[in-house]
Amino acid sequence: MANILEIRDLVVSYGGIEAVKGISLDVPEGKIVTLIGANGAGKSTTLKAIAGLVRPKSASIRFQGEELVGRASDDIVSRGVTLVPEGRRVFSNLTVLENLKIGAYLRKDDLKADIDYIYTLFPRLQERAWQLAGTLSGGEQQMLAVGRALMSRPKLIMMDEPSLGLAPLVVKDIFEIIRTINGQGITVLLIEQNANMALKTADLGYVMETGRITLHGTGMELYEDETIKEAYLGKKRS
Amino acid sequence: METNNKRTVLITALALLLLYALAVVLDLCIPVTSSWAMLLTVIQKGSVYALVAVSMNLLNGFTGLFSLGQAGFMLIGAYVYAMFTIPVADRMSVYQYYDGGLIQFYLPWPVALVLAGLAAALFAYLIGLPVLRLRSDYLAIATLGFAEIIRAICQWDKLGPLTNGSNVLRSYTRFSSMEIGGLSLATLAPVALASLCILLIVLLINSSYGRAFKAIREDEVAAEAMGINLFHHKQLAFCISSFFAGVGGAMLAMFASTVQAAQFKAAMTYELLLIVVIGGIGSVTGSVLASFLFIAASEWWLRGLDTGTFLGISAPGIFRSGFRLVVFSVIIMIFVLFFRRGIMGTKELPDLFRRRPKAGRKGASQ
Repeated sequence: MANILEIRDLVVSYGGIEAVKGISLDVPEGKIVTLIGANGAGKSTTLKAIAGLVRPKSASIRFQGEELVGRASDDIVSRGVTLVPEGRRVFSNLTVLENLKIGAYLRKDDLKADIDYIYTLFPRLQERAWQLAGTLSGGEQQMLAVGRALMSRPKLIMMDEPSLGLAPLVVKDIFEIIRTINGQGITVLLIEQNANMALKTADLGYVMETGRITLHGTGMELYEDETIKEAYLGKKRS
Repeated sequence: METNNKRTVLITALALLLLYALAVVLDLCIPVTSSWAMLLTVIQKGSVYALVAVSMNLLNGFTGLFSLGQAGFMLIGAYVYAMFTIPVADRMSVYQYYDGGLIQFYLPWPVALVLAGLAAALFAYLIGLPVLRLRSDYLAIATLGFAEIIRAICQWDKLGPLTNGSNVLRSYTRFSSMEIGGLSLATLAPVALASLCILLIVLLINSSYGRAFKAIREDEVAAEAMGINLFHHKQLAFCISSFFAGVGGAMLAMFASTVQAAQFKAAMTYELLLIVVIGGIGSVTGSVLASFLFIAASEWWLRGLDTGTFLGISAPGIFRSGFRLVVFSVIIMIFVLFFRRGIMGTKELPDLFRRRPKAGRKGASQ
């Protein structure tokens, strides 16, 4: 299986403090890969570095064999790497439809088919197409954030804590959506604190602690791993 | 959707034609000596302010960049326009302290008008390089400072051969001297120019660039994640806004009979800010309405507050020079405290007549 994304020795520092201390990870094409870890482990920073939103101190990030480090974020998006930022960050005072159109900002072709596709994926968004995004519920906003990212036709979609602050039932929906998207052939790189759901969904998992990757394996292997159970899943899981 | 678009175009065209016809009719019907002549002044100056207010709204309301440099860009526009449209024969008397000045040629007014906008946009580009990297309130301070610097430079004696130093520029082409076959364009010209420019700004706001601007206003991080180059788009909004502020400045010169740097104080930017806030930050029609209201109030309805008699009450002790500004300050405080969204909020005038499209309707994706 070819790797769509290969990261080697990624170091990111904020004002002298290293948030990511030289990690390497591979994302095979067509898979769901999750990166789990506690707060402040450097997960979000890793995604931001891939998306070009923060500049790594040193690294090689290759997407489909091409180096992404040093490229501007718009260039990276147009190559097919899109980030669904943490906390949804929909454009609250714009309508759902406008949000979707902004997702396709770098594309100059016709959006009609894509918008219809997003609406079949998330019928709720079609019902609320003319509503301001800020008036949506948390779950709907997350759907919009994912839909907006899909509008750029990514090959790799990166999601930063999509289940954050959502009700358990809605979280289930979100993971269902992640599987659906993946079923369409889009590779998913997922950051989660909800390690339980993430590992059950993912093909591959990486565990990050204070800027380093400490463990990796298939989703199921990590799910069964005793130390992971203790650290992230809560030991008395039924 | 196609038919809907055509309808919008048709309605807009009709509205504009009606507006122009009204401008011509009013100009013909109201004698300069009648007390209603003030209405013409309000329409002319109001048009100019409407354009500049909309250009400020493009930046402050739609892109979320809090800039206070408007007066500076207007000054550049006004000076560039005036400098190039003074007839060569009159230059000796205008630049009397500078041997007729450096420029010894004359440009037709439309060319000078575009040049005025371009000059303002060029300055905006250069200032934008360092300044647009600043966060909101620092940006406001930096642009305000720039406007003051420009004003000081324009009055600098060494630049006298160009700017006439601290003396006025006059004798350039004005609205009041424009005519076609004996028909005065004094009112039509500013209305037509301003509406044309505002139309261009509206088209920009409704384009994908406009959506990118709004995305930046809403959330910079998300906008960048969607592939919107923040600096590039901020620079674009800043330059376009300044272009139209420059054109507006030139139009203000065309409305008035003289240009002098001292007119373009920070107070002018505050007036525009007042208009934008009262009209609704993020509403083009709000800015236009508020501009006419503001000009009508300051030039006409509230004049009495400065001259002794207001609404039939004669109180020269209170209603004296400067009291009008006190009233304006109270008005803006009332707006900021109780009507923070202004007259229109973020809505546009046509929104008030249009029913919300039903969700899920066919073609909703357009």
